[in-house]
Amino acid sequence: MTQDLIYSVTSLALFGCGFYGLLALPHILRKLLAINIMGVSVFMLLLATANHGTSIDPVPHAMVLTGIVVAVAGTALCLKLAVNINAIDQNERDSNHQ
Amino acid sequence: MFDRLVLHETSGTKPALKSSTKIACGLASFALSGGLIAALLLSERAGPGLAALTASRMDESGVENPVTAVLLNFRSYDTLLEIAVLLIVAVAMLSMQPSATNRSMVEVNHRHSGDPVLAGLLRWLVALATVLSGYLLWTGAYAPGGAFQAGSVIAGACVALKLSGRYHFFWHPLKARLLLTIGLAVFVLVGGFCATGDKRVLEYPLEYAGMLILIIELAATVSIAAILLLLFTGLQDDKPDATQAGRPST
Repeated sequence: MTQDLIYSVTSLALFGCGFYGLLALPHILRKLLAINIMGVSVFMLLLATANHGTSIDPVPHAMVLTGIVVAVAGTALCLKLAVNINAIDQNERDSNHQ
Repeated sequence: MFDRLVLHETSGTKPALKSSTKIACGLASFALSGGLIAALLLSERAGPGLAALTASRMDESGVENPVTAVLLNFRSYDTLLEIAVLLIVAVAMLSMQPSATNRSMVEVNHRHSGDPVLAGLLRWLVALATVLSGYLLWTGAYAPGGAFQAGSVIAGACVALKLSGRYHFFWHPLKARLLLTIGLAVFVLVGGFCATGDKRVLEYPLEYAGMLILIIELAATVSIAAILLLLFTGLQDDKPDATQAGRPST
């Protein structure tokens, strides 16, 4: 019970940290990392609630397994878009200088 | 790619946030965290969950690992849609890739003067990863493991090959689409063929459930490995003709 509580409270604190990063950090890569921290905190909360002492609830475990793969895929797509946005910005800045 | 992504806090035109704005953001996230923790502490403890229900129906699932049973039998609809989401991401990534029609999927750069120790280590590691992936896939029936773990191990081995500089992966339009879609296609076909007689879609016949789950997981492993590798190689700006001295031979 106490162990669940430690993990749950920590995950919600992590969620707050990620939310701050999303709001306050201007760079797109840092925002992406902040969103990932928020996602991981949700996984942590799900795993903490799946623990019932003697038995493990398999449904949240399956949800987290699904979520991890989708989060990785989404992060990769966001990174690619960030690189493309950065390249466009760079081109605009270069043409403005000339 | 990260050498191109400028990592300064205020790259280009964006001004830094004022400290008052930062304090407001900090207070907002602190309030959010505190509110959620308070809600957690004040709420009643959740019920017993679905562990007992899953355990009581395990003999109908065809496997012995409850997580695999939930993923591929009890809630297989979720997993089907998840593989579809992965495929959508892969298609988006593929559309941002340069075309590679006249190339084979894997090209070996024999002229690459790499570290011989690295090449020898890779030969062992990739073989080991392939065996490990097969083991993870098989063991998913009765212990932690399954298609996602097996697919990510294979993708990791391919990333190691790619990072060694000797091997390059290209996404031939037809072959790439075949590899990326086979997981979803097999899942949909198996689920559809189940819907004969009085059965519904994705309701496996009892006696074949274990085998059907293994077939789906095998195809899903191939697709997940291919999708993860595509996501990795898509993030690297790969222009082998410009960066390499010699033209790679097949």
